[in-house]
Amino acid sequence: MKVGLFIPCYIDQFYPQVGIATLQLLQKLGCEVEYPQGQTCCGQPMANSGFEHLTHGCNSLFVDHFDGFDYIVAPSGSCVLHIKDHLHEPKREAAAENIRARIYELSEFLTDVLKVTSLPARFPHKVGLHQSCHGQRGLHLAQMSELVDQPFSKPGQLLQMVAGLELISLDRTDECCGFGGTFCVAEEAVSVKMGVDRIADHVKHEAEVITGTDVSCLMHLEGIINRRQQPLRVMHIAEILNSTI
Amino acid sequence: MNSHTTDHATLADKFNENEPRVNWHDETLWWVRKKRDRMAWSVSGWEKLREAASDIKRHVLGNLHDYLVQFEQQAIKNGAIVHWAADAAEHNKIVLEILQQHQVKRMVKSKSMLTEECHLNPHLEANGIDVIDTDLGERIVQLAKEPPSHIVLPCIHKKKEEIGELFHEHLGTPAGNADPQFLTAAARQHLRQEFLQADAAITGVNFAVAETGEMVVCTNEGNADMGAHLAKVHIACMGIEKIIPKRKHLGVFLRLLARSATGQPITTYSSHFRQPNPGQELHIVLVDNGRSRQLGREDFRNSLKCIRCGACMNTCPVYRRSGGHSYHTAVAGPIGSILAPNLDMKDFADLPFASTLCGSCSNVCPVKIDIHQQLYKWRQVIVQEGYATSGKKMSMKMMTSVLSSPATYRTAGKMGRWVLRAFPGMVNNRMNPWYKQREMPAPPKVSFSEWYAKNKKDEQQG
Amino acid sequence: MSSRDKILQAVKNNQPEHTMLPSLEGLSDMPDTFEDYKKVVEGLGAIVEEINSEADELAALDKHLPDRLRIIDARSSIQREWINEDPHTLEDVDVALVEGQWAVAENGAVWLTEKEMQVRALPFICQHLVLIISRERILATMHEAYEKIGSPENGFGVFIAGPSKTADIEQSLVLGAHGAKSLLVLVKP
Repeated sequence: MKVGLFIPCYIDQFYPQVGIATLQLLQKLGCEVEYPQGQTCCGQPMANSGFEHLTHGCNSLFVDHFDGFDYIVAPSGSCVLHIKDHLHEPKREAAAENIRARIYELSEFLTDVLKVTSLPARFPHKVGLHQSCHGQRGLHLAQMSELVDQPFSKPGQLLQMVAGLELISLDRTDECCGFGGTFCVAEEAVSVKMGVDRIADHVKHEAEVITGTDVSCLMHLEGIINRRQQPLRVMHIAEILNSTI
Repeated sequence: MNSHTTDHATLADKFNENEPRVNWHDETLWWVRKKRDRMAWSVSGWEKLREAASDIKRHVLGNLHDYLVQFEQQAIKNGAIVHWAADAAEHNKIVLEILQQHQVKRMVKSKSMLTEECHLNPHLEANGIDVIDTDLGERIVQLAKEPPSHIVLPCIHKKKEEIGELFHEHLGTPAGNADPQFLTAAARQHLRQEFLQADAAITGVNFAVAETGEMVVCTNEGNADMGAHLAKVHIACMGIEKIIPKRKHLGVFLRLLARSATGQPITTYSSHFRQPNPGQELHIVLVDNGRSRQLGREDFRNSLKCIRCGACMNTCPVYRRSGGHSYHTAVAGPIGSILAPNLDMKDFADLPFASTLCGSCSNVCPVKIDIHQQLYKWRQVIVQEGYATSGKKMSMKMMTSVLSSPATYRTAGKMGRWVLRAFPGMVNNRMNPWYKQREMPAPPKVSFSEWYAKNKKDEQQG
Repeated sequence: MSSRDKILQAVKNNQPEHTMLPSLEGLSDMPDTFEDYKKVVEGLGAIVEEINSEADELAALDKHLPDRLRIIDARSSIQREWINEDPHTLEDVDVALVEGQWAVAENGAVWLTEKEMQVRALPFICQHLVLIISRERILATMHEAYEKIGSPENGFGVFIAGPSKTADIEQSLVLGAHGAKSLLVLVKP
């Protein structure tokens, strides 16, 4: 099984440890992983700001780099959703369609494709799971609180496999953190308030760590936590699942 | 209010100056959302019911012409007088003329977001007619000279102490009394007099049935009925999208409406007005005001399915923390943000951006409008039509050129992990808004791609 | 061109293609017992009493609505003069009794038309409303209700579920907004 590793731009630049954990975790689970050099971005920052028409360059690069893999995996629900919904390349539409069908967010790749039932991970901490919206409502990584349906959570299921980890419950299971791409700066006041409230829910339930499937949300929450010097930290789910402390 | 003076972000910023109040607003609406959830879980087949409602509305949109004609025929047969208004101005003119014909000087109005959209009250008042809003929440904001901040809970932004003060000033209740029970009783007494004196009553319309020519109006307070049954003229104002095919379809919508709106199984009153009361005139004003245009926009026509329950507002994490007035339009929140750009793309260019696209709105919507996807699509249209701010355009072009070229991207990355610096700082003109209340991530020594290249080389050598 | 024609033309030009109406089969899967109805309507602030006779009815009125200076029984074939008076004069009615046609268990609503109320304003303007329904006329959901009332025979009909209420002030529920301040539902066999 040949897996193409897609590391979104801000992870590449600011959170390389998340990329490393993702790579190591996939290798640990028996995947042949390749990271195509030269990849940049899925194009979402432009598209969500109303500039989808400027994403042709990104799309074309994406197809260059990820055509031909059995699967493409990324540690970001948001970027994966964007590719799934919006990757088009007029000259190579068949390749683009193929990529759209084969791209997975890391945790759903583990539960749905690799069908992981146990992990050699240990992380003896109280952890709160922030369900990032694009993974949650876009990729259906977990049951959505608005819908009348059977409960499930793919990231939750994986975290339960980690020895020593205590998954805390939250008052609002899937409230948005307020990152929202350019929203985080264009609507600074509301964005920060949403983040503050999201963190407060975790603090109230005594989380030591906030984890999630999207570094973008975690980066926003971390920015607030660090400014306010709050007693908890953020970690991407890949770091926890790859953890053997 | 419109964006000539200010936009959602600026108004929301102001709203957030008082954090305890934001918390209170957020928690109050979240409580309504939770009530809605409990109701949804108590109905077997809730999701099937939403599907049915959405399908009925889609069918109506595809046959709207014929249903409008059928509704008109039936309504006339029932003895109603039917008027058609192409836009807000014509709507206001029609209503004024009816009132003038009957020499009406003072009239009562129950909740109608359409009349808010058309700014009917100022028009009537300018022509010497007193309009008394009779929904308690609407009466409160009317006394405060404010627009409603929520389509179902018009004064959800007001604290009881403020309402107590307003009532003290306008209705003569004792100063300092802010007990909801007491204030409601005072409003009941005050508005009873208005109902008894009013010569005409305006109501909104929740559903209009093509098959029977009847209109259904839902209230908890009974104000639509008190007005309509006592006045000699009843004017019902409705958007042309309110039509449903048959009476039996009301079963679907009445099961969804109040449960989605406030978490009640049904409103106290679901009144079916078919024929005028003997001795009374019943006027129906059918209003387009941009709806036929929206019908032609393939990406946005589903917004016309809306039954105005307000569930998307209650669930919206942005609405709860920015307040309805920040949307500077009659219908606030997520649904308002996909309706308003159709009315005026320039004035409301900011609204589709007042969202994180979290998608909760689409999930609570009882008629399954793809609200967050329409927000995304409106962003594209607004940019294409040239209503993006020039700062944003510039930064987007720069970001594109960087992200479209691996070489530039690598250099830019090395030159200081450019992403956070370039993109939040440049998408708008304020001083780096990320940093105002958030730390930047500590820039690592190497990027992932640099690490990978080195690691791979070591592996191969090792 | 008139606004009517302009609007209809624009709608015709812009409306999407025809799609089928969905079936409403299988949407109703809820109980229809008296106990279910009672629980829901009491949750809305109504009082429910079972009655088997006129004496029971009177006892229920005495128990719950002892102060009734002016009472109107819309079912009465004797007390009729009020029907032709200006409905504004009903403002001082303390208690009104109206027969309901159907009741709905899922939401506590009672369906009544102007045939039962005689004067449309009555169930709204009275201070306290009493609705009388038959036990066997309790239906499960609104779908069953609309099957029964599919074609309107009157100019006005209404579902009433509980006393009038508002929560407009800080979401605190207050019974007695503009309509009846209380609702007593009498259920006969």
